[in-house]
Amino acid sequence: MEASHCYDDPQIRHLNHPQPAESVGSTPASLKLPSHAPYLLLGGGTASFAAARSIRARDPGAKVLIVTDEPDLPYMRPPLSKELWFSDDPSVTETLRFKQWNGKERSIYFQPPSFYINPEELDSVENGGVAVLTGKKVVHMDVRGNKVKLDDDTEISYDKCLIATGGVPRNLQVIERAGEEVMKRTTLFRKIEDFRSLDKVSRNVKSITIIGGGFLGSELACALGRRSTESDLEVIQMFPEKGNMGKVLPEYLSNWTTEKVKKEGVKVLSEALVKSVTYKDDKLEIHLKDGRLVKTDHIVTAVGLEPNVDLAKSGGLEVDSDFGGYRVNAELQARSNIWVAGDAACFYDIRLGRRRVEHHDHAVVSGRLAGENMTGANKPYWHQSMFWSDLGPDVGYEAIGIVDSSLPTVGVFAKATAKDTPKAATEESGTGIRSESETEDTATSAVASVTPAPVVENKDDYGKGVIFYLRDKVVVGIILWNVFNRMPVARKIIKDGEEHADLNEVAKLFNIHED
Amino acid sequence: MSYCREEGKDRIIFVTKEDHETPSNAELVADDPNDPYEEQGLILPNGDINWNCPCLGGMASGPCGSQFKEAFSCFHYSKEEVKGSECIDHFRNMQECMQRYPELYPQEEDKDESTAPSDSAALTSESDSTAVTSAVSSDSTSPTDGQTAS
Repeated sequence: MEASHCYDDPQIRHLNHPQPAESVGSTPASLKLPSHAPYLLLGGGTASFAAARSIRARDPGAKVLIVTDEPDLPYMRPPLSKELWFSDDPSVTETLRFKQWNGKERSIYFQPPSFYINPEELDSVENGGVAVLTGKKVVHMDVRGNKVKLDDDTEISYDKCLIATGGVPRNLQVIERAGEEVMKRTTLFRKIEDFRSLDKVSRNVKSITIIGGGFLGSELACALGRRSTESDLEVIQMFPEKGNMGKVLPEYLSNWTTEKVKKEGVKVLSEALVKSVTYKDDKLEIHLKDGRLVKTDHIVTAVGLEPNVDLAKSGGLEVDSDFGGYRVNAELQARSNIWVAGDAACFYDIRLGRRRVEHHDHAVVSGRLAGENMTGANKPYWHQSMFWSDLGPDVGYEAIGIVDSSLPTVGVFAKATAKDTPKAATEESGTGIRSESETEDTATSAVASVTPAPVVENKDDYGKGVIFYLRDKVVVGIILWNVFNRMPVARKIIKDGEEHADLNEVAKLFNIHED
Repeated sequence: MSYCREEGKDRIIFVTKEDHETPSNAELVADDPNDPYEEQGLILPNGDINWNCPCLGGMASGPCGSQFKEAFSCFHYSKEEVKGSECIDHFRNMQECMQRYPELYPQEEDKDESTAPSDSAALTSESDSTAVTSAVSSDSTSPTDGQTAS
């Protein structure tokens, strides 16, 4: 790094960092920033980091600049609604560290600060590197001129650009219209700061209500529900569907899962549509359309993500009206030198059709692929990403493909024993657990719990099994229900895209009766 | 004995261990080992190293990525009797670089994998210390410690 010293000489530095054209109103900091980045990645999340890693692996000496409006370096999201809540460490909100399945701790940050180089050094550093510019928002994209403009009027030109701007949590209109007293008692959960503030809130209020019955809402409900056993915190979860994960799981399984969520200490209100929310006598009053009234201290909305397409207008980029997000081809390209990955990408999946996927592993897979294609690979989206969720110690599943409860399903189940839980599976399995064997940097959901998993004894007990989702008789999605380390088989079946006459025969491939 | 029921569009089958003992007659399509779309392992079909293999963690992309690539390439293509013996300088460069980033590349004297790395270096999939030691000591061609090459 000695070579960079000479670039501190103001005369030499000026040659490498020419003054921006609009110098009126520029802060001194903008003079030091690179005005050009060969690889410019917009957004500092999982997809962006995966792309940066891919680019650096394939293009020796690549100079990669990540621009993010968050104050944080790239980090992984899943632990924010899972592992971090189960940590014994009282300083977890500061350290953001969690225990993996193998007992080893890690940070949610993909890499510590020393991995990255300073943006000011990007031009000069000998072997290139990844620089992260935090706290800056990209407000304008000039596709013809191959440059973007930041919210401080800095311009950065690029050779190749990745848009990985993710999205923002949706809110309910009734809450937005409910006034400031309600809004300031509402958390839209997505980022580190939301985790920190919700953690604090959970220690200081008597009642929290989660609106939303999907992955995020259910995971947070279970995490907070577990806390409620140690304090007198009331945890309520409400959603319009009949049961938890109602849009994902077939009804019988959604109902079964809801019972499990209730056992985690959550008061579940299903078929609940919010009519209005008011603030009265220091409480929030949630009025449901069917007349029910819920009084609570704090609301967490987990009602979906609005993909960020802020740059579509200025960039002249196509937006998909069915799925939202930027429309890209199978190679994740929006334009010849612009790619999109992660939550914001509506892409063409050769096998499953056009879609948009909001899961961690997809961000990793698509970010990686975008990075490969930005360095000349020309590969389509092919390696199917997966996702997972744990709802307490009894219910854990991994899934792949299109898992939509409106599709016809075939579920093949074995009777469960105490051994068949996520906790037991992670303890027994020695290597390559679940999502870690798929891609690196995925957070596992093993819960280092003290309570043993109870034996389930219901007659129709969906302890473990495999569920196939069908579209025109072809399996397009698979859920591995409390069976782990079988994802490669599931991926193969989706990839083949064959019609199978007897899905019980396909189910045999998963050895659901074994560990 | 298995039993089956329907709930609307959803079919539910319960099977015993015996039901699933007979081999499956489901047909899977044969994989093409040279499929250009597929994820590759550490070594590509043409013999080159796949620097983007997830099994390498962040080794090829971090601040010492160039040094790592040079050292490992040298070793990989080495035809010497003692494989990699001509690569000592590259490995030394790599080690010198890695010593500047102890957070990313923990320097473990003890190669015992059961020893957890120091607190600040718990980047198990990123800074793979066993990869460093095995690459440096030239006794392994695939520096993985359980990360499955996809």
